[in-house]
Amino acid sequence: MRAFANLLERLAFTPARNAKLRLLRHYLEQTPDPDRGYALAALTGDLKLRTVTPGLLRGLMVERVDEQLFAMSYDFVGDLAETIALLWDTDRNEDVPLTQAVALLSETGKAGLPAAIATMLDRLGPSQRLAFLKLATGNMRIGLSARMARMALADMGDPDVAQIEEIWHGLTPPYQPLFDWIAGGTRPEHAARAPFRPVMLSTPVDLDQLGAFDPADYVAEWKWDGIRVQAINDGGVRRLYSRTGEDISNSFPDLIEALNFDGTVDGELLVRRGEDVAVFGDLQKRLGRKQVGRGMLESHPAGLRVYDLMIWQGRDLRELPLMERRAVLEGADFGSNRIDVSPLLDFTTWDDLAALRADPPAAVIEGVMIKRRDSPYVGGRPRGPWFKWKRDPHVVDAVLLYAQRGHGKRSGFYSDFTFGLWEADQLVPVGKAYFGFTDEELRELDRFVRNNTTERFGPVRSVAPKLVLEVAFEGLNASGRHKSGVAMRFPRISRIRWDKPASEADHLSTLKAMIP
Amino acid sequence: MRADQILHPTPAGLYCPPGDFYIDPVRPVHRALITHGHGDHARSGHGAVLATRQTLEIMAIRYGEDFAGQRQAADEPLRIGDTTVSFHPAGHILGSAQIAVQPDRGPKIVVSGDYCRHPNPVSAPYEPVPCDIFVTEATFGLPVFRHPDPAGEMTRLLASMAEFPERHHLIGAYALGKAQRLIMLARQAGIDGPIAIHGALQRLCDYHLEQGIDLGPLVPATAKQVDAQLVIAPPSAFASAWVQRFRDPVIGFASGWMAVRARARQRGVELPLVISDHVDWPQVTRTIRELAPQEVWITHGAEDGLMRWCELQGIPARPLRLVGYEDEPE
Repeated sequence: MRAFANLLERLAFTPARNAKLRLLRHYLEQTPDPDRGYALAALTGDLKLRTVTPGLLRGLMVERVDEQLFAMSYDFVGDLAETIALLWDTDRNEDVPLTQAVALLSETGKAGLPAAIATMLDRLGPSQRLAFLKLATGNMRIGLSARMARMALADMGDPDVAQIEEIWHGLTPPYQPLFDWIAGGTRPEHAARAPFRPVMLSTPVDLDQLGAFDPADYVAEWKWDGIRVQAINDGGVRRLYSRTGEDISNSFPDLIEALNFDGTVDGELLVRRGEDVAVFGDLQKRLGRKQVGRGMLESHPAGLRVYDLMIWQGRDLRELPLMERRAVLEGADFGSNRIDVSPLLDFTTWDDLAALRADPPAAVIEGVMIKRRDSPYVGGRPRGPWFKWKRDPHVVDAVLLYAQRGHGKRSGFYSDFTFGLWEADQLVPVGKAYFGFTDEELRELDRFVRNNTTERFGPVRSVAPKLVLEVAFEGLNASGRHKSGVAMRFPRISRIRWDKPASEADHLSTLKAMIP
Repeated sequence: MRADQILHPTPAGLYCPPGDFYIDPVRPVHRALITHGHGDHARSGHGAVLATRQTLEIMAIRYGEDFAGQRQAADEPLRIGDTTVSFHPAGHILGSAQIAVQPDRGPKIVVSGDYCRHPNPVSAPYEPVPCDIFVTEATFGLPVFRHPDPAGEMTRLLASMAEFPERHHLIGAYALGKAQRLIMLARQAGIDGPIAIHGALQRLCDYHLEQGIDLGPLVPATAKQVDAQLVIAPPSAFASAWVQRFRDPVIGFASGWMAVRARARQRGVELPLVISDHVDWPQVTRTIRELAPQEVWITHGAEDGLMRWCELQGIPARPLRLVGYEDEPE
């Protein structure tokens, strides 16, 4: 568990994605089975263990440490597991296999648990104690998605991410067949029904680039501002996956119940009320919930707008040209009024399409999708067959308020910018952006921050409110969590307005008027 | 004479009436006894300064030769007024000392200054001095602070340097003491090649060399291209544009505070190294047990934790609540 504890600590403090991937890959390469499989499952949240309550841990501690000293310590450290890991008094520092810790936490009965945990803590050094306690409380908080875990696995051997994704959902910890396959063995068979299939992605395009193509070779449809999903009913096993292969079935029981077909379909998850499609903000309220209340199911009903069929009634359609799949799609019966088909748009020239894109019939449309008529369904992001032509972003002129130092390649540079808009004579923070500018502009912004600092709070500086930034963003949600009452999606700095005085920046009311 | 007539806190610092001197005063005074060269203990502008020879030399490097009206090296016990004072190694940084004050009548008081009992290649080891009243710091005065073996922390640094060989490792360390200790720890861990140091460390590293501490090959980290993977700099350098010369560095920090994750996060550190020049909880409690003083006075830090421990042990203790000392000085 020493290597696992080291890995956890490094991951917790490493902000850069590539560095995280390297740490994880090295760990997986150097750690034997089954420890590495359990570690992987612990990191991605797929390890189901008995959850140890904070009360149990506190109880262990007050038997060993003066209650006042414990309270002062907890107050200083701020995290119960960490406080206990630091306070536990032992000179031993054994390298206990992670598998032993996992066995303890999955097999020990409730009555024996406190003593078993204490015995384990007695054997471990401080960072291992923390790793063990995080495992026991089911609270890794490491920010590692299952997608990243699969990317690290793909770096270890021949199978690529798409191939690993395809079998991932049939696997269980500690993933021995997967590691064997990566090491050159045979590919594990689909162990479970309703596996995730790699999704076909599009590349961005604009009118100039489209000019090189013949519009007759393409079809177009609206680009819906929902969530791309893969919905499956495989012999009665129903699943809903995000486009990165996360299983989100639990958040959408109403849609799961409506998957009355036999196949694997590609479409957009939307909140729908009758014929109307709700804005993204409504859909967001349904995300990330382990359980959805009855009220939410009624006020925010989920629906699916299908645009492609991958497997239908036992037949894999992915090799067929798009228009042949489309013919099957248009004749399909999905068995529920929550599911319908994304219609094709009527256009002859790219200018026709530009006109449609400029004036969509609903706020929830964020542009158009353009697909080659003869394109087979290919997982990944092939260049060419599918394009997304998003509507132009919204922009506001905001005032730079705070800047935070960046990490990695931006170490030493103030690169994360908080900006605000006017409300009466106050500037209210409305968002944060850390991209959109060139390296040269970053140097200029950094210099501005250093020369105009008014206060410092650790890595953050507040700056004199005088620089105007043009901020582009894709959409807006009303938000109770933000002081301004709005949350921007994908905000980035599109221009630095060195020329514009801060007093002429936009007002919060302008932004609020853009909420759909 | 009562203990608090021999030594008591004033706004300028700890004052000793029978000797008419201050210890580590935070304001200019006519006569100062100084435990060690960190900026919050050793300030310039006093009338006369008594300290170890190394502390005096360090003050001259930091503040210029005219840092005080007069200076005297504390080589042996010395009569001052109605007291005898002596200096004893504290194990904190080069030249650091505890100051023992023996009044002609009354209890003997030892002011330990900042002290540390982990072996430290850049400092003479801490020497226990029997006393009636022990004046201790409590920088890490909570039982969560058990500083690990520094060799283990260096293993983590080496592992990271091997894992990311293309990235500079920039480790923040206070310019006096911690930086040189870190360099020595790196040498002990097997880093033989050049180590780059920030310009602010140069003169103090030179001084350690003069004192016979072989820091090995050092190169300046001021050039545009820095040819050493390990770079040591004072923490303040990380907020300056100096960092921008490094492409995608791993930023580390060597401090006792790094044991607590929230503290490391506040600093934006990618590689926290728990290396401290202060006593941790086991050391401070062991020291008090060994010395068995009649009373413990606590200068600064987490005094509540140590007060509680003394209470549980039945040792009279009181906080001096001295202001002006930093948690871990720069």
